[in-house]
Amino acid sequence: MKARVHVMLKNGVLDPQGEAVRHALGALGFEGVNGVRQGKVIELDLGAGTSEADVTAMCEKLLANTVIESYSVEFA
Amino acid sequence: MRAAVVVFPGSNCDRDLAVAFEAAGAEVEMVWHKDSALPRGVDVVGIPGGFSYGDYLRCGAIAAQSTICGAVKAHAERGGYVLGVCNGFQVLTETGLLPGALLHNAGLKYICKTVGLKVVTSSSDFTAGYNAGDVIDVPIAHHDGNYFADADTIARLQGDDRVAFTYTDNPNGAQADIAGILSDNRRVLGMMPHPERAVDAGHGGTDGMALFRALAGALTIA
Repeated sequence: MKARVHVMLKNGVLDPQGEAVRHALGALGFEGVNGVRQGKVIELDLGAGTSEADVTAMCEKLLANTVIESYSVEFA
Repeated sequence: MRAAVVVFPGSNCDRDLAVAFEAAGAEVEMVWHKDSALPRGVDVVGIPGGFSYGDYLRCGAIAAQSTICGAVKAHAERGGYVLGVCNGFQVLTETGLLPGALLHNAGLKYICKTVGLKVVTSSSDFTAGYNAGDVIDVPIAHHDGNYFADADTIARLQGDDRVAFTYTDNPNGAQADIAGILSDNRRVLGMMPHPERAVDAGHGGTDGMALFRALAGALTIA
């Protein structure tokens, strides 16, 4: 089983990198981008017996800092 | 005073921190990140600046899971003293010993310069050598020093007099200009500025020395 963890800064937490990307897009002439938020994707290749609950625990303990980040997990 | 300074792969202010502790009269032992215990009788643990584990995942995130951090956490929970500077502050927030988190600087630039810090409270063994309201000059050198916590946490820190230092001219977007905070029992201090880089006339200033002296004064058995 594979898991794909998406980690994003929470709404309301300033994302200066996203802002810089938005400015750069504007400078390239791409108008109409109202906002950019940048996050990260972490792919996990899971062994047999690793449960979805285990992946949630991994997110809570290490992969995301829930003070500033939210996460979501897709399983494939 | 007996001090231990933790060394992670990527730490680069560990020796400076040890020199500052020694200048205040401490016996200092360096502790490797794979060690499982602190030396016996350690009063204060220093978590130095640098780029522990290459800042992988998030600044301080991997260091917070290291073997030695388990021992540091237990030391703090027993009422031991911990000083985290710069990356050390990031590690302390990642371990949960201090609330909040450090985000990218609002201006996205790495900032390396001496800044003015206001001493907000002198009521801790770290800041007792200053008067509340003093402005001291201490260098900063960070890319992720933008202190963030939710509004309730900021209000609690301010209400409980746990903000140790604020910037006089906020360089990084930190909420409430916060540069350093104390734990609930006032024995864990995390700060982005580097007091250990202001302890010798050769550094260009010695405003950081009072922090190490005050700590040594409090932790030396009379």
